Amino acid sequence: MLATVFFALQQQIPEGFSPVTGVPVTEQIPAAPLVIASYAFFLLLMVFYLWTKWRRIGKVETEMRALERRQAEKR
Amino acid sequence: MKKLFVPLVVVVAAMFVAAPIAIAEADYESTMLLVQKIFYFHFATWMAMTVAIAVCGIASVIYLFKGSKISDWCAVASAELVVVFGVFGLFSGSLWGRKAWGVWWQWDARVTMATMLVLIFLGYLMVRKYGGPGSEKLAAAMGIFGAATSPFVYKSVDWWRTIHPQTTVMRTLGEKWPGAWLLVLFCSAAFVLLTVLLLTARVRLEAMRSRLDEMYLALED
Repeated sequence: MLATVFFALQQQIPEGFSPVTGVPVTEQIPAAPLVIASYAFFLLLMVFYLWTKWRRIGKVETEMRALERRQAEKR
Repeated sequence: MKKLFVPLVVVVAAMFVAAPIAIAEADYESTMLLVQKIFYFHFATWMAMTVAIAVCGIASVIYLFKGSKISDWCAVASAELVVVFGVFGLFSGSLWGRKAWGVWWQWDARVTMATMLVLIFLGYLMVRKYGGPGSEKLAAAMGIFGAATSPFVYKSVDWWRTIHPQTTVMRTLGEKWPGAWLLVLFCSAAFVLLTVLLLTARVRLEAMRSRLDEMYLALED
């Protein structure tokens, strides 16, 4: 029984490579994820850039307020 | 500029809401189909980067020869934007190339030179951050050389045979497909206005940092 299945499988395997005409849809690179990734990356990049600037402005403002207090105390 | 800032934010936000809708509605290109839609932001980001490079180059020249503080702030702010837009340009190009060329990356003249250009401006920012006192002048020289490199990047596709589309793409697009041409111009305008906006905010940050340094010096005295 097992030998019969093995023999049948062996017969189905083609020898070497053979070309196929018309690439199946499942084998093509899908465009939608690439387009979505491109626009999503831009959005994320902008959000990240603005967040870093926002944080830096906040830090500088805090430092400035602290210095102003120290200057007032010194006087 | 202070009065214009808020209206400009509103205009740019509206443009960035409208742009993806218009891109989704636009027709497919005949050979590349859907993936060609990356082009609209891909091209626009290089336009914004070109504006930032020009600002950095001019501001660096003014800083080197006149020593103006504002031009130094403009130079560092624009160099940062060159890197941000450059990274997006390379990333979106890579995604487009995956479908159009079948590879994530191709060492062709345009792609390689654009990478080098982004690296020059990344170098500029590193010199500014870690160069210590006097690094502003060294960075300004880098900014000038970076700006001088950009025309070579632009013409690279005409001078060398590469698989990247040539500079004639925009000219022929206007004749063959005016709708797409107008959409590219709209996206480019949105990106350039975004550059102006970010540049203004970033220059303000530099001005604040400069004021902070002055306050530290005043406190020490």
